[in-house]
Amino acid sequence: MTSRRFWRRNGATGWALSAPATLAVIGFLLVPIGAVIAGTFMDPRGVFAPYVSYFNSGFRTTVLFRTLQIAALTTIISLIFGFMTAYVVSRAPGKLKSLLIVAAVFPLLTGVVVRAFAWLIILGRNGILNQTLLSLGIVNEPLEMLYTQGAVIIGMVYLFVPLMVLSLVGVLENIPKDVLQASSSLGASPMATFWQVLLPLAVPGLIVGAVLVFTGSFTAYATPQLLGGERQTVLATLLQQRAMVSFDWVGASTIAAIMTVITITIVLAMTHVARRINPMAT
Amino acid sequence: MSDRPHPILIAVAALVYLFLMLPLVIVVGAALSDTTYLTFPPQGLSLRWFENIFAISAFRRTIVTSLQIAFTGTLLALLIGIPAAYALNRFRVELPKWLGTLFVLPILVPEIVFGFALLKSLTVGTGVPIFAALLIGHTLLVLPYVVRVISASLASFDFSIEEAAISLGSAPVKTFFTIVLPNVRAGVIAAFILAFITSLNDVSVSLFLTGPGISTLPIQILAHVEQFFDPTVASVSVLLMFLTVAVMVVVERTLGLTFLAK
Repeated sequence: MTSRRFWRRNGATGWALSAPATLAVIGFLLVPIGAVIAGTFMDPRGVFAPYVSYFNSGFRTTVLFRTLQIAALTTIISLIFGFMTAYVVSRAPGKLKSLLIVAAVFPLLTGVVVRAFAWLIILGRNGILNQTLLSLGIVNEPLEMLYTQGAVIIGMVYLFVPLMVLSLVGVLENIPKDVLQASSSLGASPMATFWQVLLPLAVPGLIVGAVLVFTGSFTAYATPQLLGGERQTVLATLLQQRAMVSFDWVGASTIAAIMTVITITIVLAMTHVARRINPMAT
Repeated sequence: MSDRPHPILIAVAALVYLFLMLPLVIVVGAALSDTTYLTFPPQGLSLRWFENIFAISAFRRTIVTSLQIAFTGTLLALLIGIPAAYALNRFRVELPKWLGTLFVLPILVPEIVFGFALLKSLTVGTGVPIFAALLIGHTLLVLPYVVRVISASLASFDFSIEEAAISLGSAPVKTFFTIVLPNVRAGVIAAFILAFITSLNDVSVSLFLTGPGISTLPIQILAHVEQFFDPTVASVSVLLMFLTVAVMVVVERTLGLTFLAK
């Protein structure tokens, strides 16, 4: 067995092969982010001083709650529409199903800037929606739709619905068809099967999708920047302003730390919940 | 499974797809308009806004930078990601579980925090040139996609084929290149494409790693939109969409598109 000599199963080779990637992640991701977070606790004013001043600022706490609210609403809307759409896609006949999947993948591969920009053309003061409403005589003067929370949420839902649809189609297709057949042959109506059998079985998948959308919209930058502007400042845009406009490194680092902690906590907590509900889920 | 979804559900799904497609159609329409302002439906067809992209030097420069960064960053990620994915599968028992989690960290932590941390520690902290910092940032950003997609391919690879080759006298390194790699070719292509597109479209990491003379296309688009509201950005968007379509056609030809839905 010459293989034993060259390719010992002792893991040393495994460590050596994964070393470059491991070192890159540690050196260029963990250490820099760790340094940012650690830096916020080394403020000359006191250990928690940057956080005290963050939460003492009415503006900055408003930004935090606005960001959480936008992310929560985006997640709920994406879940509802994503689930209904994924259900229809998963039931569609072969050819149509591939077409629908392609149609969901395409926006996902189109950049976030392009997708936010599209809504800028639609929702702007002289945008398409206002032009249409004016020409139909529904309104007398253009509506202010841009730079509202609604605009940001529409842009975010647009960003994340395809992701939700694609991940839920996978979940729905993994549910054994026998279960649904059993339900209907035992006399459940299609609606009862949907609500009482399909939906509970899809809950772990819904949680995973919700985590993806929540963390994605909680940390998104381009969409709130273009569609929300300064009036709808969120954590990501505030971080950028603090760092690149005001050069307030401590303030920016504090926001970065708050974003990281909230994101990681939600991911870990929800993964735990998803595991408890269904031990088979990964 | 013979019963069709409720008509209301079908109607909702149709509306969701309309919601997904219409804005992109509008961008294409606006890009072709002959007007100096953004409008839809286009008034008079013209390609002049496409010419305008290349007339503006900032767009020319950032397109080149974006392609350079996306290409080099993806190659670097493959270079360190393929051995890591191989190790994770081949030495599954020997390597600790957290190692796999480590490689997905770049998509777990907020991208914008990652970009800011790189600015603080690399560009400001140690004076690493912006281009290098941008390249490092993008390499790490796409690493999770590379490791995950190639791991998925390797998961269905039968490692006893590799052992057979080695025990028949083939050198391990040679075996990797002649036996293992050709078997996961599809995964490598998919990883490349996914990583390339992710890098090309990235905003949050690049946001902090741009400076005098160096910027990426999405950052340039953001800057342009905030100053001018003309169809140039619509044209650039269409250009990017064309690129995406081209890539999707390539994927379809090589792997089938359902691969991306996994």
